[in-house]
Amino acid sequence: MITALFDPATSPPRLAIPVYGSAVPAGFPSPADDYLELTLDLNEYLIDDAAATFMVRVSGDSMAGAGIGSGDVLVVDRGIAPQHGQIVLAAVDGEFTVKRLHKRGDRVALIPENPAFPPIELHNGQELCIWGVVTGCIKKFV
Amino acid sequence: MPLFALVDGNSFYASCERVFRPDLEGKPIVVLSNNDGCVVARSAEAKALGIKGFVPYFEIRALCEKHGVAVFSSNYTLYGDMSRRMMQVIGRWGIEQEVYSVDESFITLDGILDLREYATRLRADVLQRVGIPTCVGIGSSKTLAKLANHVGKVFPKAQGVFAWHWLTPEWQDKLMARIEVGEVWGIGRRISERLAAMGIRTALDLKRADSRDIKRQFSVVVERTVAELNGVSCLSLEDVAPAKQQIIASRSFAELVSDHDTLASSISHHACRAAEKLRHQRSVARLVAVSIHTNRFRTQDQQYAGWLVLPLVHPSSDSATITRAALAALDHVYRPGYAYKKAGVVLMEISPAGRDQHDLFAPLPDPRRAALMAVMDSINHEFGRGTLRLVSEGLHRGWAMRQEKRSPRWTTCWDELLLAK
Repeated sequence: MITALFDPATSPPRLAIPVYGSAVPAGFPSPADDYLELTLDLNEYLIDDAAATFMVRVSGDSMAGAGIGSGDVLVVDRGIAPQHGQIVLAAVDGEFTVKRLHKRGDRVALIPENPAFPPIELHNGQELCIWGVVTGCIKKFV
Repeated sequence: MPLFALVDGNSFYASCERVFRPDLEGKPIVVLSNNDGCVVARSAEAKALGIKGFVPYFEIRALCEKHGVAVFSSNYTLYGDMSRRMMQVIGRWGIEQEVYSVDESFITLDGILDLREYATRLRADVLQRVGIPTCVGIGSSKTLAKLANHVGKVFPKAQGVFAWHWLTPEWQDKLMARIEVGEVWGIGRRISERLAAMGIRTALDLKRADSRDIKRQFSVVVERTVAELNGVSCLSLEDVAPAKQQIIASRSFAELVSDHDTLASSISHHACRAAEKLRHQRSVARLVAVSIHTNRFRTQDQQYAGWLVLPLVHPSSDSATITRAALAALDHVYRPGYAYKKAGVVLMEISPAGRDQHDLFAPLPDPRRAALMAVMDSINHEFGRGTLRLVSEGLHRGWAMRQEKRSPRWTTCWDELLLAK
């Protein structure tokens, strides 16, 4: 048995958020809400396959148009087969980059979502190594 | 007929490092032991340069610099997390699973018809999800599965997968005749020397040995190995976890404590006491846990409780090893600004000493440590507890492992996550 430090995927959430049994848009909660039915688990919400999911921090603004900013934490699932249009974590020339994958016809490219950055075109013979598919983005404001 | 597979990670520690360093694809990598002493893991490229396992680093430093070998201090936090991920994925492919070491796992595959296709898909799945290349050996006993794994590694044609079932009995024997008896699971150096004296030098010789002879000369364990080599499964997966035993050493403070150094001294002390109890019962522990908490009856105080379990690479009863793990765990759970009432150390996953096979890629525990611990215990017994103690006990913070080239803890530490542009 191996217990890892601060494993985001399998350790119980530090903060369990209570969910009440009945929907109460306004007014008084029902007496049934004296006990809790469930808690919300952010791991469960963000992670499909814990063994294959890794957290990665963004550095730079090349994906600002997709709502991904510098300092955000990305949820990356290595188990998903990357498809055209998905945001991926790729290794280009030994460095990690986050871009949108374009794979149509003969063209394979990694497209930034910021006009200040050029697309990365992959030419014949150039190997594209996709490390994983970005399935979520975590922002903290405080 | 039962069917076992042994799946293990290739050059596991080196492979873990490479997952997060795409620039090292195809480049030689070595990983050094604690304190950067000697080589404990080598990528295939490093082996090709002639770097041997367990050589002192200073002997190969020049060679590493000349060939641009990437050198890492061991990052057990990373390897532990990657191991957990790899085992989780491997487990999905078996009916049952036994995690055998940090990078080896047995699974049962009863009823799988196309073994080559199944094992190939298993390897591809682990590689994709976790990034670790693996090798799969399949046989009708655990011993045969382990030997098949060896074959899958040393014969490049096998491409990482080998099952005895692919060969006719005649060819199985021809192959076994090429494998030294010392490669058979459970046959250590001393037993192989004694077997050699009896004319048993290869795996085939042992397979054909008279089991009554073997039982008389050695033990029922080696006799079982002979049966297993003949395809008779004697060892089942240890699917039922042994009863939870643990050793607890903890104490409340006379006065509330808030500084880290005092807590560290207390944790060191408890770790040493727990390790001593462990040695007394001739056992080793795999997990070291630390617990600290405030006084919950003082409602006017801010409350906090910290608990963390850390795995040891080798099960151990060494005071220094256990103390180091306990102090590392304390560093993670300690929060300044609280008044702590109690601190303690819990040892778990306890097993009899000397039964575990050591992790091939990890630094072996130094046998001299055991002797040192025995001396320490006897002096403390004679002259009173605490006569001899570790520097960290009582002398705050004595411990800093040398690991100058450690990679970031990519998967377990928010401040050390992989960066992507």
